[in-house]
Formats: sequence, structure tokens, C-alpha cells
Amino acid sequence: MDSIRALIVDDSSVMRKIVERCLRQAGIDLKQVFEAGNGAEAISSLNENPVDLILCDINMPVMDGLEFVKQLAGIPNAKGVPVVMITTEGSEAHVVQAISCGAKGYIRKPFTAEQVKEHVIPVLAGKS
Amino acid sequence: MKTMKSAVAANGNHESWLPLIEVAAREVFELMLSSQLTLPEPEDQGPPYDVTSMVGLAGQLCGVLSVRCTEKGAALMTSKMLGVPLDNVGPEVSDALGEISNMVAGNFKNKISGLGDGCMLSPPTVITGSDYNLHSLADSPGLEVSLLFEGHPVLITLEIHS
Repeated sequence: MDSIRALIVDDSSVMRKIVERCLRQAGIDLKQVFEAGNGAEAISSLNENPVDLILCDINMPVMDGLEFVKQLAGIPNAKGVPVVMITTEGSEAHVVQAISCGAKGYIRKPFTAEQVKEHVIPVLAGKS
Repeated sequence: MKTMKSAVAANGNHESWLPLIEVAAREVFELMLSSQLTLPEPEDQGPPYDVTSMVGLAGQLCGVLSVRCTEKGAALMTSKMLGVPLDNVGPEVSDALGEISNMVAGNFKNKISGLGDGCMLSPPTVITGSDYNLHSLADSPGLEVSLLFEGHPVLITLEIHS
């Protein structure tokens, strides 16, 4: 797999670091990692920095993850970029809502590096 | 049809939820910190807890879930979460404890059928220091689960408002 650029969106800086570590443990070669604390910051980051993968929490201040995913359609740098949600909101309704907003994958917190791998690799390969 | 709210309200005794709180906490510590929580000895008295992280629940279940631990325990949890040496742990302790309480609360509510959709979590609030009184408006005594994390006491409490 080619080296990729990832955007990690979570209001917890600790969780952003954990997600990055899990990606590396999954064997994903990260060329660049961008971080954002909410959806609005993520949009600003995307306008400046194209990425290959977005991992995003749902419950965040300012702009939540679902609203962020909806707004990606209007961002040229986000065209075709897969989004995987990582969140404590684990109900079926939340999964359906996230997928209908455009997310390609859904990981429930707490999670392991193996679970991140299982969800992210197929998405990167365009199989999800 | 019985809704979750009426089911929660009708069941004033929520002691059957104690094992769910314990399992929710164990899973968070096992998956995110690679650590097995253990049970304290019955005679063990928890020390004054220096760090308290609270998450509010609102909707079909209203209340507050809190995770309390010592300062040393909180630093070790942060170290384990981030995979960094204990000496390198700094101001991210509050963030880490907030995430732990958020995940325990979320994992707990997802284990109760029908509650996952109907109960929202607040952003966590973290208090440091032990010299404070917490006055809950809960209708019943809180559910408490005492556990040990690498020898450090952890107290998880769920206060339920009707």
C-alpha cells in the first residue's frame, strides 16, 4: 500500500494520538498526519491540505462529525476521500445515520489497533 | 408499549446494572490501556481520590457517571493510553481521564437494549483535587463499582436521576 496522508478529527488530543498510533500499528504508512479538534477545523485543514483518509469522531463541539461529513461534498480536496467514524455512539441508528451521511466505515470506542486495521484497510482499498 | 424511559423509571432498583458498569469499564481498560482491572480486597478502603472525571447522561436515562482515581493512577492510565513512559506524561492527564469516563459511559449505555439511541452523553468534566463535596440531585443512592488498575484504586459511580 502506498504512503498516505490522513486527517484525524477528534476533540480529544489523546484520542487523536491513539488513532494515529493504531494506524501505524495496522501497517499503514503515514506520509503526513493532520489533526483537527472539530468539524470546522477539519474543513479548514482540508482546504489547505489534501488527504487520502479521514477518521472522525461524532460528538464534538462547534461542528459534530455527522455535519462535517455532510459538508465534505462541497470541498474539492475531499472528493473521493473515504471517511471512517470512530465514536462512543455505537447504536445501530448512529451507524445508519453516519453511513447515510457518507461515511464508509464505523468503529466503536473502545477499540483495538486490530479493529482499526479491519475497518480502514478495506476502505483504503476501495472495498467498502 | 413500554418505553425505555418508563422501564427505567419503573425499575427503581438498578443494582442489576452493576455488572454492566463493571464490564463496560473492564473492556475500556483492556482495549485502550491493555490492562486488566482487578477486584480490591474487601477490607481495602479507597484513598482520597485526587482526580474525578464525570460524564452526564440525558434522555431516556438521566444521570452522571463518574470515574475517580488517584493522581498517580491517572498518570499511569495516561501513560498506558498514549504508550509513553510515565515520566513523559504531562497536562494530557485530564484529557485522557475524560476520554476514559466518556468511553465507560458510552460502552455502558450501549449494553442496555434500546438505550444507545435514546441517551446522549455530555462532554466530560474533570476535577482535580480531593477537597470538595459533590451534591447529587439523584433520586437514589449511586451505583458504585470499586476496582484496581495496576494496584491503583478506581471508583466508578453512576448516579441516576429519574
